[in-house]
Amino acid sequence: MAMETLEQIKARVEAAVPGAQLTLVKNDSPSAQHSLLVSVEHAFAVAKFLRDDPQLRLDYCSNVTGVDFLDAELSEKVKVKKVVDGVEKEVEEVKKTKRAGYLEVVYHLYSMALKHGPVILRQRISGRSDPVTVTSLTPLWRSAEFQEREVFDLYGILFDGHPDLRRLLMWDGFKDYPMRKDYVEPDDYEYEPTAHDEVLEKAKAHMPKHEVKA
Amino acid sequence: MTLQDLTQAMGKPTFQRKAEVIGIGREGELLEVAMGPQHPSTHGVFRMDVVLDGETIVKLKPVFGYLHRNHEKIAENTSYLASMPYTDRLDYFCSLTNNWAYALSVEKLAGLQVPERAEYIRLITAELTRLLNHTCLAGFLLQDMGALGTPLMYAFREREKILDLIESLTGARMMCNYMRFGGCRCDLPPGWVDAAKKVVAEYSKFLDEFETLLSGNEILMARTQGVGKLSAELAVSAGVTGPMLRASGVDYDLRKVDAYGIYARYPFRIPLGTHGDVYDRYMVRMLEMRESLKILEPALKDIPEGPVVDPKAKLRGFRPKPGEAYGRIEGPKGELGFYLISDGSPNPYRYRVRPPSLINLTVLEDMCLGQTVADAIVSLGSVDIVLGEVDR
Repeated sequence: MAMETLEQIKARVEAAVPGAQLTLVKNDSPSAQHSLLVSVEHAFAVAKFLRDDPQLRLDYCSNVTGVDFLDAELSEKVKVKKVVDGVEKEVEEVKKTKRAGYLEVVYHLYSMALKHGPVILRQRISGRSDPVTVTSLTPLWRSAEFQEREVFDLYGILFDGHPDLRRLLMWDGFKDYPMRKDYVEPDDYEYEPTAHDEVLEKAKAHMPKHEVKA
Repeated sequence: MTLQDLTQAMGKPTFQRKAEVIGIGREGELLEVAMGPQHPSTHGVFRMDVVLDGETIVKLKPVFGYLHRNHEKIAENTSYLASMPYTDRLDYFCSLTNNWAYALSVEKLAGLQVPERAEYIRLITAELTRLLNHTCLAGFLLQDMGALGTPLMYAFREREKILDLIESLTGARMMCNYMRFGGCRCDLPPGWVDAAKKVVAEYSKFLDEFETLLSGNEILMARTQGVGKLSAELAVSAGVTGPMLRASGVDYDLRKVDAYGIYARYPFRIPLGTHGDVYDRYMVRMLEMRESLKILEPALKDIPEGPVVDPKAKLRGFRPKPGEAYGRIEGPKGELGFYLISDGSPNPYRYRVRPPSLINLTVLEDMCLGQTVADAIVSLGSVDIVLGEVDR
């Protein structure tokens, strides 16, 4: 059974959920799995619509995961018309834009009842250095329970509305978020027989810049 | 004096009297027990923090991470191909299906085609893997219940026959590292198909023997029927997949739904349970093995000649275009998925494994509440976990 296109879903969601603005995120790979970007405030209402809508019935949340994008300088080649020595020419210039880093939580939704999918939902939050919070979808799909805990554990993203947000894989006393792209590995300074000034100074590099409490 | 007379004499209805005898609702001290990580029934290093009222479980929290090595981070710091042998270590019982799931996702990401013969080899090895996984699971489940030795040894005897086949094909019993993006690493050795046909032909005889021993066994039924019940609604909501989902009566098998590979060519049925208890999970796996044999027999006859890897697929300097892909297959334990994001570099920017056995454990507490510790062990055994995949 063919599912609606993502554009149709987007239009219907925006009509049904007041105030929700979705953005279509294009995917250029041959898989052509495009996704819908939803704001953190409307994520719950939009997800609830996707789950309960009789045409979609996305009752199965297969995969939940985080993605970390660092601050980056994107360079793009642009053709610009310029007047060189009195003659108008088309010159190729490299246009540089700065992109602020952000964190994403990605949900892959399928329907077990109607056997279609995936619809990919993303929540994006900028400001990687502050404690970041997104909306938990565990109240809608229990399968997100452990997976959101894992995202919190490895990325330091808080989930608003999660019933039991604790670390899943790392131990409770662990302070950093290992899946972040700027994570610095520990130097195993504990195994130094007499950890002294230099070693302790080096160990500071992997201390977290900020701490997020659940 | 009959029971009715007795209760009349005591002036209370029977069920209340019974509740008092077994102590439900009685104020008592709760006991916290940490089952694991060294408990023999936890199939590795897995811990359940259990709160008991007498012998009844009132709370159960699974604790993970004893085998965590951040597989995903390691894979993000190495090339696409270099992660292939590491996927073997996820669910080390079923390395061939892990290989397939990863290869399938990368093929989706890069748009690679798989030659006909490689598709057949993939299907055959995946179904053989399903056979050995389900056989061993039945053995382990019985071992957990206290049937020490015999069922597990029967299972391991048969598993060894399949492992011999896998070893002659890939060079390793368990850490196969066999599939490549756009095909398989090497062709079948001479005589392999005949040897496989022989194993498959004899397997149904073994299943008959195994089922005569187990399926009607009174103790097995007493220990598993009505234990660890899981409703269909909760199973769907909690993302439970694989035989555990189908034992709850939900018809969802990716071999039919996605029809990846060449599964659409072979007719097979999907066994479904009705009660969603441990016995149904056991029975669904037993029936699934018979369906696997129905796929294997014709596939081994039909396997065509030809190349086993797409000649255009590059092993070195493999850089998929920027984009992302989520690929999934029906592994023996459930939906095994890989989510990959490429930024055009030789390493994946994001590499995520969707581990079926971790997500199937979401409902462990719901299955065990109100039951005894002994039942919790049986329920855990029926989930079919491998800690290499749960903790990654």
